[in-house]
Amino acid sequence: MTNLLEVRSVGKTFGRVVALEPIDLSLRQGEVLGLVGQNGSGKSTLLKIMAGLVQPGQGEMLLRDKLVRLNSPAEATMHGIGMVHQEQSLVPNLTVAENIFLDKPNAAKRHGLYRWRRLFEAAERQLKKIEVDIDPRAIVEDLRFAERQQVELAKVLAIEDLVDHPPIILFDEPTSVLTQGEIVQLFRQIDRLRQTAAIVFVSHRLDEILSICDRAVVMTDGRKVAEHPTADIDRDSLYRLMVGRQRATHGPRVSVSGSPASTEKPRLEVENLSSANHVRGVGLSVAPGEILGMLGVQSSGAEELCRAIFGAEDEMTGVIRLNGRETDVASPASAVRQGIGYLPANRHLEGLLKGRTLVENMVLTSGLDYGHGGIVINRAAERKAATTWIERLKVKTRSSDARIDELSGGNQQKVVLGKWLMSRRLQLLLLDHPTRGLDPGARDDLFDAVRDEVAKGLAVIFVADTIGEVLDFSDRIVVMRDGAISAQYDLNRGDAPSEEDLVRAMV
Amino acid sequence: MKLVAKAGEVPGQPASRSLRFPARPGRWLQSIGPVAVLVVLALAFQLASHNFLSPGNLAAIAEAVAVPVILATGLSFVILLGAIDLSLEGVMATSSMTVALLAANNVNGHHWGIWAIVAALGVGVVFGAFNGVLNTYFRMPSLIVTLGSWFIGLGIASVLFPSQVPGIRDPIVLGLASTQFAGLSLIVFIAVAVLAIFHLVLNYTHLGRMIYAVGGGEATLVATGLRVPLFKLAAFMISGFLAALAGLLLSAQLGDGNADIGNGLLFPAVSACVLGGTLLSGGRGGAIQSAIGAVILEVLNNGLIQIGAGPYVRNIISGAVIVTVVAISGLHLRRKLRIVK
Repeated sequence: MTNLLEVRSVGKTFGRVVALEPIDLSLRQGEVLGLVGQNGSGKSTLLKIMAGLVQPGQGEMLLRDKLVRLNSPAEATMHGIGMVHQEQSLVPNLTVAENIFLDKPNAAKRHGLYRWRRLFEAAERQLKKIEVDIDPRAIVEDLRFAERQQVELAKVLAIEDLVDHPPIILFDEPTSVLTQGEIVQLFRQIDRLRQTAAIVFVSHRLDEILSICDRAVVMTDGRKVAEHPTADIDRDSLYRLMVGRQRATHGPRVSVSGSPASTEKPRLEVENLSSANHVRGVGLSVAPGEILGMLGVQSSGAEELCRAIFGAEDEMTGVIRLNGRETDVASPASAVRQGIGYLPANRHLEGLLKGRTLVENMVLTSGLDYGHGGIVINRAAERKAATTWIERLKVKTRSSDARIDELSGGNQQKVVLGKWLMSRRLQLLLLDHPTRGLDPGARDDLFDAVRDEVAKGLAVIFVADTIGEVLDFSDRIVVMRDGAISAQYDLNRGDAPSEEDLVRAMV
Repeated sequence: MKLVAKAGEVPGQPASRSLRFPARPGRWLQSIGPVAVLVVLALAFQLASHNFLSPGNLAAIAEAVAVPVILATGLSFVILLGAIDLSLEGVMATSSMTVALLAANNVNGHHWGIWAIVAALGVGVVFGAFNGVLNTYFRMPSLIVTLGSWFIGLGIASVLFPSQVPGIRDPIVLGLASTQFAGLSLIVFIAVAVLAIFHLVLNYTHLGRMIYAVGGGEATLVATGLRVPLFKLAAFMISGFLAALAGLLLSAQLGDGNADIGNGLLFPAVSACVLGGTLLSGGRGGAIQSAIGAVILEVLNNGLIQIGAGPYVRNIISGAVIVTVVAISGLHLRRKLRIVK
């Protein structure tokens, strides 16, 4: 096998911060290279350099033994290098077909004129190739998140037709937003591509790295610290290399407050709740000091149930009782007033204010809890509370007045969580896919902080990304399918489901 | 991986098939609202006045709506970017003075003929380029830039204004307004042609689609390496060009050059775009939609005159209709937790 792409002592510094120390990396045709590392370990920077998004400060890249300079993603595309972004890079108000060919020439739009029929046909072929049934005429913003991810994939894989050498496809944490079924589909694609391409695959899920990749490169603090064929390494040693510490095991779960449901009034009771989106007649309850984990495939109703409880869904019917009192959660504002917090799945859109500082983001919702009489803010007090939480959550930042955009995804998520935890009214916290895009270290920090609050009586509903996560973190598990509850397990009573049980309940 | 394979069998529901065609640029839902309003208004006025749908009145509406349609079409390009062009009235003033002073007229000896028309349109393109360069390359907000060029345009027109009103004598220029086909002036046909051409530009050219894309996700385009500033520049130039055309046509109608020629036409043009469903935040709407908006405004105006409403009452009703139509046609955009800019 020959080296398709060779990276020679490529490095990058931003100002005085070294994002990536000079690194060597070679990529062979027909191989899948796994890239693992914590948030901020430099793997994103490396990936961006390879995709032409970032210019390296030093070093050079050789594509098929020829020196290349990638000044823009467009040039990378023309060289057959494409990147599947973690945050989607589609233009929402254009059609699927236009998005697929946005960054590449196509006969259907030559000379600045569009031949729509031919463009749609070309897009249809690309979508067929990855076996997805999406109308190329659909407007992207009308699609569901997972469908958009598939369009993104089709867009990148269309590069195959552009070059006569094997394409190089970079996957930046593609699985963090996909459901199990979609991950299987993605892996099938990667397996198909394995023959004809070189692939770099970044994921926080070590199991995925081990199952799909031929070789794993571990990065820490901007350096390559290890490189192993995946056949020679197991999950725990990979974790150790990556985090630099022993994997935290949470052992068998110990119930926090005995058997909460029987002794105390439930914090939240939901009866026969339905919404315009996917939720159909759901009833459940959560006790203080309890973590209720929820599982379900995309649009099974788990996420939508969270949003309904937070007052963010349209046309809701049913009864919601908070501490035994029936309440009307008409809007997110009234939910917040009643002490309900919601960590959204899409933190960029709904979780944080870009361009503002950490402190400004933290005090957004409940800064007034620290003010005078709920009317006048007390800057000193809210600032103190915010910085305390920034430390408790181990947010890695140069200052609590840094702009939140400067932080890595995991640290941003910690700030969004801190925003809710610092509320003095918080009674119920809804976590919608809280670990999306988080490395295991950040994930553990996040869960530890939530667990501390749960021990003090907070009730938590948690929509999980993975089955392992829900088994790790929950007291009880509720599985949803088609908008209704399909299975329930109480882990504290020894009612521990196997992964197979859970998957069966999901599909 | 064996167990998750089962999950993979769950068929991902396909995207809504109701979006078969046309999927661009907007959805039927958005365009049907304004059309329905138009039909209802026309029928209501017909019932009230019995004269509204007469050929004569329809022709009058067509004549009155021609220039607003041209303005709204040009403005749509800029609004689709998510920007705004307030300079329309200033551009119209300068283009009006330019054509009046360069074509055969009663104050100086110039006799440029067709080149006077070209020069007047060129003035608009220059204004558009000025707006576009300041907005894209100097990164100034379009609101401020075009507010400035609005008054620059008015100022230039006033400075150019000679000792007496320049009356246009050139038959070619005057012919733009006086030539008639099938009972309608050439202006109406020019407006229809402009609308058709720029509708095609928006929907069937790379430039047009990229203007939509800029309004939908500029950051994505920049990251993709597309030359976003050029698209923006082109949109401003088109808007300037069509504003100059509007100034030219109105001058031909009036028969003289006038710095006040565009007075009060900016607000209806913006309203027309919004009424038709072109969102001020960019990325949605289109030339046809904006033109429908312009027609609604003129139908209202004409119909209210027909039933004898005074100018103040007309203002109240027109304002109320704008708000109502925008409220109804935008209902589906205001789902909870959806961000409306």
